[in-house]
Amino acid sequence: MHELSVVSSIVDVVTESLAAYPGARVVEVRLKVGALASVVRESLEFCYEIATKETRLEGSRLEVKVLPVVIHCAVCNQDAELEGVQSFRCPKCDEPSYDLRQGRELEIDSIEIDEDEETA
Amino acid sequence: MTTRIVELRRGILKKNDELAAELRTRYTAAGALVLNLVSSPGTGKTEFLQHTLTDLLARGKRAAALVGDLETDNDARRLAASGAPVRQINTHGICHLDAEMIGKHLEGWEGVSLDQLDYLFIENVGNLVCPSSYDLGEKIRVALLSVTEGEDKPLKYPTLFNSADAAVITKMDIAEPCGFDRELALKNINEIRPGIRIFETSAKTGAGMDEWVEYLVKARA
Repeated sequence: MHELSVVSSIVDVVTESLAAYPGARVVEVRLKVGALASVVRESLEFCYEIATKETRLEGSRLEVKVLPVVIHCAVCNQDAELEGVQSFRCPKCDEPSYDLRQGRELEIDSIEIDEDEETA
Repeated sequence: MTTRIVELRRGILKKNDELAAELRTRYTAAGALVLNLVSSPGTGKTEFLQHTLTDLLARGKRAAALVGDLETDNDARRLAASGAPVRQINTHGICHLDAEMIGKHLEGWEGVSLDQLDYLFIENVGNLVCPSSYDLGEKIRVALLSVTEGEDKPLKYPTLFNSADAAVITKMDIAEPCGFDRELALKNINEIRPGIRIFETSAKTGAGMDEWVEYLVKARA
């Protein structure tokens, strides 16, 4: 349960990037979270409200996009999306693969902000 | 009012990743092989590590350990029995070690400097979830699992096992009374992390420890 630490980092990163937009209000913070990132969407959302209190993110929404695991299959010589995280095998040929191409992401993709015309 | 989308594309744990990258450079420059040991509480990390340190010291290697726990220095005292320098990190409630904690505890460690070490072991806080997100700059991440925990642990905690470089099964001496299904455990580990090197050990009887220590020696060569 390290979602609170994760959300605190989100607040830091977003606050830092808001320096370039002095009068802006944050509407939404959009995350990309890999299926193997070991954070739980519900816990993130729960912690988000607490951690954003009295920050420039207060009142904003958190949008979490979960990215499935993608492995590269050396036999088929192509990337393949996995349905879950219980078996790391090519869905086409069943070959095991440790060549991960997606699934560990834990990043802030973008933020949506409202700016006053004068400060924009 | 104008609405604007600002692309950030920033890693949330970027600060930790940057610190870990700095640590990795320092470890490499010092010639120290760094391992991060991760498991549930009660797997036997400390006992396993104590034997590992003792064996490495007996082979004339220089090894030290940082050990993470929420509270107490019990593990550091147990590990110190090996004769290796050990430093306790108390996280006071935090469920994992991060790169900043490691950096801080490498400073001012009496009698220990990285460039005089062959091996540095980091025993993480007992937790199979959170430590998997925090890079400590280690070369080898070791996932440990004891025979008492159930063969499906790798399936329940795929993130950690998938990110590991080696897996260690501990307490093999009591595998039989525990009804441990060895084949199933090996299959499950391989399903989550194909091709991983697996060591079956007992720190109590010493079984499998030579193979593990040989692996450590080769990994540094």
